[in-house]
Amino acid sequence: MSIDLKTVKHISKLARISIDDEKANKLKGDLNNIFEFIEKLNELNTDNVQALTSIAETTLRFRKDEIKSENIREKILKNSPEENKDFFVVPKVVE
Amino acid sequence: MSDITSQSLFELTSNIKEKKLSSGEITKAFIDRAEKSKKLNVYVTDNFEKAIDQSKKFDSNPNFDLKLPGIPIAVKDLFCTNGVRTTAGSKILNNFIPTYESTVTQNLWSQGAILLGKLNCDEFAMGSSNETSFFGNVQNPVGENLVPGGSSGGSSAAVAANLTPVTIGTDTGGSIRQPASFTGTVGLKPTYGSCSRYGIVAFASSLDQAGPMTKNVRDCSMLLEVISSFDQKDSTSIDYKRNHYSKELSKDIKGKKIGIPKEYRVDNMPDEIEQLWKNGISYAKDCGAEIIDISLPHTNYALPTYYIVAPAEASSNLARYDGVKYGFRSPGQNLIEMYEKTRSEGFGDEVKRRIMIGTYVLSSGYYDAYYLKAQKVRQLIKKDFDDAFSKVDAILTPSTPSSAFKIGEKTNDPVSMYLNDIFTVPINLAGLPGISIPAGKDKNNYPLGLQVIGKPFDEQNILNISYALEDKINFKNDISDWWLSE
Repeated sequence: MSIDLKTVKHISKLARISIDDEKANKLKGDLNNIFEFIEKLNELNTDNVQALTSIAETTLRFRKDEIKSENIREKILKNSPEENKDFFVVPKVVE
Repeated sequence: MSDITSQSLFELTSNIKEKKLSSGEITKAFIDRAEKSKKLNVYVTDNFEKAIDQSKKFDSNPNFDLKLPGIPIAVKDLFCTNGVRTTAGSKILNNFIPTYESTVTQNLWSQGAILLGKLNCDEFAMGSSNETSFFGNVQNPVGENLVPGGSSGGSSAAVAANLTPVTIGTDTGGSIRQPASFTGTVGLKPTYGSCSRYGIVAFASSLDQAGPMTKNVRDCSMLLEVISSFDQKDSTSIDYKRNHYSKELSKDIKGKKIGIPKEYRVDNMPDEIEQLWKNGISYAKDCGAEIIDISLPHTNYALPTYYIVAPAEASSNLARYDGVKYGFRSPGQNLIEMYEKTRSEGFGDEVKRRIMIGTYVLSSGYYDAYYLKAQKVRQLIKKDFDDAFSKVDAILTPSTPSSAFKIGEKTNDPVSMYLNDIFTVPINLAGLPGISIPAGKDKNNYPLGLQVIGKPFDEQNILNISYALEDKINFKNDISDWWLSE
């Protein structure tokens, strides 16, 4: 199978990365080369193989639900590109 | 006493403890050399002023019981450092100053180390040559216009060029071991779950591990001992009794069974690498190890599996870069346009490529064909190693299929760049520890490495095998300081 320009644009929309036509065409070529290489996996029959979901083979630990950090509002907002007192600011969403 | 910056971590630590050198003298020596080494482009951000202050502070009230007493160390710019800019080699994090510290770097500072600065790397650790960094190429000290490997390219170059005694890198598919191999240095990727991932800029969470990069195996054991720890803040951190790696380091590998996987004899592998491998095998035999031929039948499927799993996880992890909470923002007419422009302008080409691959393989209708398939093949690859380790204690392979290549040589062909990691990627997929040690040189006098792969949590064993081999190999890097300016 091959990835067409329409698919590239659809993926870029899903990934929230805007691309122009020139970039989309280049990406189409790159992605097709990479997927050609990935298709090698289809040589293998994996019908009876269980998917590996965790390499660490441990069950996730529970911890007590307790507050460990307090008054970190300032720290959290420190790196925000545009700030207004206690909020993150984004372009208007609701008209 | 030899020149300060060429000393190993072991030597510097001993000299500090014996009061032959002060932290201030050592820190100043590394900073002076860095000032003359800008051509290598290893630093993204330096911390020199603060480092000098901290070294003076250490000297005024030294604690010689610490494992890294007053030792200045530069780290890969993927570790979040409290109050010091952390970029991950990306424009999107160009102005990011963390308000917290990664556990692995905290472990360094708790043992007395001092931050020298943040080292260049491929953008979000995606690359094998350090050419995807927003902050430009790094020069390999081995030769001009040669890549230092990647993604921990600034780290490998800094160790090889004597700009830091040791460093820490991260390894998702070979990002510690391949650059170590390209620069004639030692690099170890620990077992998944050994070193905390807390505070490391995430790439592919089921594969990422931090690890030491050093001049020799003993230094590697000393640094691993400091950074490997159980951490509540990382849900995949594993609570087990870690060895006292440097104390238990031993060249006695008599009777160890070392496996040689036939599938690592790939097409078009240079004769020099075949010869390097043969030499390694004969050295292991000289040390009393038993060599056993083994098979890892799914080796050829590791790279295609990796290029589904890693981008899928990356596309999820990198969804957080939206221009809202931190990092670069490009303004837009509305929220969606702001996201799209921010990510389009903030990420470089390779990162965008991988986000696109990941988004595609996880998208509706393709998940089973790609992602699920890859997770199944990953199980087969892991089982190959489980089977092999029922017969052997460790596995010996080359680290890379070639030596360092020229800057620009592979940038237009992503797949040929990906092939660099053919011998390192399977180890990440299986979550195993692996170490690369310098083992010889090619016809151009560029270093080549051998990789020792171990059972999960058996870092001591691969360190010991490497320590024994290192002694036999007796590698000398003879780097000429060609980049130094006055």
